[in-house]
Amino acid sequence: MMERDTIAAIATGFIPSGIGIIRISGPQAIEIADGLLEGADLSNAPSHTIHYGMIRSNGELIDEVLVALMRSSRSYTTEDTVEIDCHGSPLAMQKVLEAVCQSGARLAEPGEFTKRAFLNGRIDLTEAESVMDLIQAKTEYARKSSLQILRGSMKEKISTLRKTLLNRSAYIEAALDDPEHYDLSGFPELLRTDVLTVQDEIDRILETAENGRLLSEGIRTVILGKPNVGKSSLLNRLLGEERAIVTDIAGTTRDTLEEQVMLDGILLKIIDTAGIQNTEDPVEKIGVEKAFDCIPDADLVLFVVDASRPLSPEDQQISSLLKDKTVLILLNKSDLSAEVTKETLEKEISLTGLPIVSISSKTGDGFDQLKTTISDVFFHGNISFNDELVVTNVRQKESLRKTKESLSRVLESIDAGMPEDFYSVDLIDAYAELGRIIGEKVEEDLINEIFAEFCMGK
Amino acid sequence: MPFVEESYDVIVIGAGHAGCEAALATARLGLSTIIFTVSIDSIAMMPCNPNIGGTSKGHLVREVDALGGQMGINIDQTFIQSKMLNKSKGPAVHSLRAQADKAAYSMRMRETLQRTDNLTIRQAEVAEIMTENDKDGDGRHAKKRIVGVRTFSGAIYHAKAVILCSGVYLNARCLYGDTINETGPNGLQAATHLSQSLIDNEIELYRFKTGTPARIDRRSIDFSKLEKQSGDERICPFSFSTDPDEVQIDQVSCYLTYTNEETHRIIRENLDRSPMYSGVIEGTGPRYCPSIEDKVVHFPDKERHQIFVEPEGLHTNEMYLSGMSSSMPEDVQYQMYRTLPGFEHAVIVRNAYAIEYDCINPNQLKATLEFKDITGFFSAGQSNGSSGYEEAAAQGILAGINAAMLIKEEEPLVIDRSEGYLGVLVDDLVTKVTTEPYRMMTSRAEYRLLLRQDNADLRLSKYGYRVGLLSKERYDHVCEKERLIKKEIERIRTVTVGSSEQVSLCLSSLGSVPLTHGMSLAELIRRPELTYQSIAPLDPDRPILSDEVQEQVNIAVKYEGYIERQIKQVEEFKRLEKKKIPENFDYDTVPSLRIEARQKLKQFRPASIGQASRISGVSPADLTVLLVFMEANHGK
Repeated sequence: MMERDTIAAIATGFIPSGIGIIRISGPQAIEIADGLLEGADLSNAPSHTIHYGMIRSNGELIDEVLVALMRSSRSYTTEDTVEIDCHGSPLAMQKVLEAVCQSGARLAEPGEFTKRAFLNGRIDLTEAESVMDLIQAKTEYARKSSLQILRGSMKEKISTLRKTLLNRSAYIEAALDDPEHYDLSGFPELLRTDVLTVQDEIDRILETAENGRLLSEGIRTVILGKPNVGKSSLLNRLLGEERAIVTDIAGTTRDTLEEQVMLDGILLKIIDTAGIQNTEDPVEKIGVEKAFDCIPDADLVLFVVDASRPLSPEDQQISSLLKDKTVLILLNKSDLSAEVTKETLEKEISLTGLPIVSISSKTGDGFDQLKTTISDVFFHGNISFNDELVVTNVRQKESLRKTKESLSRVLESIDAGMPEDFYSVDLIDAYAELGRIIGEKVEEDLINEIFAEFCMGK
Repeated sequence: MPFVEESYDVIVIGAGHAGCEAALATARLGLSTIIFTVSIDSIAMMPCNPNIGGTSKGHLVREVDALGGQMGINIDQTFIQSKMLNKSKGPAVHSLRAQADKAAYSMRMRETLQRTDNLTIRQAEVAEIMTENDKDGDGRHAKKRIVGVRTFSGAIYHAKAVILCSGVYLNARCLYGDTINETGPNGLQAATHLSQSLIDNEIELYRFKTGTPARIDRRSIDFSKLEKQSGDERICPFSFSTDPDEVQIDQVSCYLTYTNEETHRIIRENLDRSPMYSGVIEGTGPRYCPSIEDKVVHFPDKERHQIFVEPEGLHTNEMYLSGMSSSMPEDVQYQMYRTLPGFEHAVIVRNAYAIEYDCINPNQLKATLEFKDITGFFSAGQSNGSSGYEEAAAQGILAGINAAMLIKEEEPLVIDRSEGYLGVLVDDLVTKVTTEPYRMMTSRAEYRLLLRQDNADLRLSKYGYRVGLLSKERYDHVCEKERLIKKEIERIRTVTVGSSEQVSLCLSSLGSVPLTHGMSLAELIRRPELTYQSIAPLDPDRPILSDEVQEQVNIAVKYEGYIERQIKQVEEFKRLEKKKIPENFDYDTVPSLRIEARQKLKQFRPASIGQASRISGVSPADLTVLLVFMEANHGK
């Protein structure tokens, strides 16, 4: 049972400055790759050949690549398959994958290549069970990580846009179902304004994404600790650790500063770094009030303790504020003589069972352990998070584009003077597509909205 | 002790809108049928609103008609006003609604039942269903099978199939204020024994609630203060078999008035006396037809609510107050109705009341409306948790057809979501979790551009004919219509109009811009201001075609882009519907299914991957796992 559509995904994990492979499988695989590839002609190339060229999409040169061509049925999935070897940076892989999807491929569902391999008889029957396990595990993982990635203001913004679309659809539906109570005269013009506004908002979100900043907001992180435990040096070490993406974003208040740190593809958004710097001022007593204000919004608290000095009431005081938060305790200054060990720490502060990592911001010792621990805490460490970040990003952008398309069709219908019921299909499509970004289904939303907002009935 | 004992092929419990269609279907298909009712005088009674059809409900009536049912014909013969709703909107949401002469409607249906061969009408209360364990015990069939019913008087009736159409009569009670009557609607006897028998057969019951407004003596109303609402000038009949020229009658008027601040004040001040708010009513009520109390409470900002005043028939003084159902005590009812303009001296003929009743959890049914666990036992209508005459009739004919198919050992009839509102209705009932009486709505039909009231015959006649309810003559007529439509669409795609002065003149007169180059007739029709009918002067070679064919050609061409997109969606939908899951599939043998999905699948036992996908709590990954498993075991 051959599937009819063509799927694409990143086949490799993310290895910094290594090679990334984008795999395309399905009846259109060769045609799609051929359309993007400059410098080689795949259409008549024999199976199992490798070609050198450039990937270009919408006039933009994306990457220099090697392309492996496998014709049906001599491939993993038994379908026509193309593998594009590009540079291994997240950005390059994302751009290539996006280009492939814009040319007509669909992003593969988790485990879908293996599923196709199985359904097409490529994999033995006895392997079916492991295929099913893989699908469940990968789906669950993708769901968790994509929700983890998308947080805060972005989610809120998308929810607001969805609410507008749902409400307008519900009004149309209420008027269709109860024409004697709800009137649609003048409504198309109002709807046009709303749709244009939503489209503008989506454009703004897409622009942010295009500027190289990921759609994801990262893990909101607060660094806490009494003065002189080395918060500043920790931050500087994190910022300097990778040649990674570091941006300064002026926050909403003048003295709040945010830094973004990419740790092996995990995006940390460190909030109120201004507060961190200030607390190093010895005149200030505890001086972490500003950072404390950020605790409620934080996904992760890095609680820094000076390992070279005995614990003080200030450490106790900080720890008492961290109940119910995801906390990592960092025993800093591991290069100096250890006054505080993991054991004394467990005994003396009110937080138990938390991961504790010994680090030295000065030498960089323990930072690998720190990264692994964060990955474990947020992504269970079982599957590499990094490629998922990229895929999620591509998926979200695809959804935003499709939303825009649906909304454009609504505008076309309005302009063509179509009756109002023709708008509904596309409005609901747009609503559903936006829902995919934040992991929400449509289900009975429309019916519920109709009854909640409009007084119906005989 | 001796007792009466008889045998039939089919037993129908209840003679409301579901029961009538079910019994007519089985009897017309040649099966000996007996229909039970608590009162012969209440056959096809309309205890609430005095109309048939309305948005999306009108579609259902047309579909019942296309399958060979009676509702459309019956209302065509007894309506007193008719209106096509939503005419300014797209063809998919045009909906026919007719005011009925209630007494005539009921009497006419009774006559039809009485004239039908193989059909026996019996006034009696069915107290028990009789089942036996499935003899085969091979695990391929349901645990039990139905064998008949017992009435309250002790008589036993054997049958191969039983159809439950008990409406709102199971353990019914009517309430207003602190007055409670243990009866069905209009004081009719409630069925007080059958619920227990259903429970004994492991059928899960819900308790639902609905309500109706007061009826006012027309002589006490000052009509000069009301807005008059007239019917359509040209009446369109419901049934595809009715000649439109025969239904152009003199119509009666309906009227419109509004509630006001005073009405709302009285309601607010007496809320504690409403059983809805005092906690006496336990059942769940419908959100789509709230009582006036609910409207005032939930929409406090609305300054007024519309109230339609509709005659209940030609030979009664009663006027129905649509939009003002209530369970307020009698004295409050007088006060609040008298605040309406024109109703200052209103005299109540019947009080408004709420009614509570038992219904089954429809998730226990297959899409054929047969219980998954009891072979031969079907359920249709309000006893399935739906509401409305039309929803009931639609389920009734489907249950009747499938009871007949079971007995005749023919293929059951399942209408899917892409084929009819009937399919959407049944699929929603059997697949989704119901928490209130279910009403049909156009927004529930995801393929509604295809499911129009104007093409119900083109969609469903093939099924009516296949099962044997629709005559060959009617079916041939539909096939011929289909052929003519197709041929004409092909023709207008190829015929082009030039940019002559004559053409320009004609286009300007129709408010359309002149052509700069040649254009096909089809392209012209797609202009918003033009229709197939209006460009007739530009099309001298047009064949003579009936109005209904012309209408289909116009819609198909004008909305082609939208329709094609929906057809593509339907293809995708059908792909999953076609992947059948065996009836007794053991979900415990599938590894890797999440626990929640496993529980839901075991509870619903979906017939296809498509149906499984619509069960809340089953994820796409679960479906993939299921597909892989089924494929893996396919070759075994």
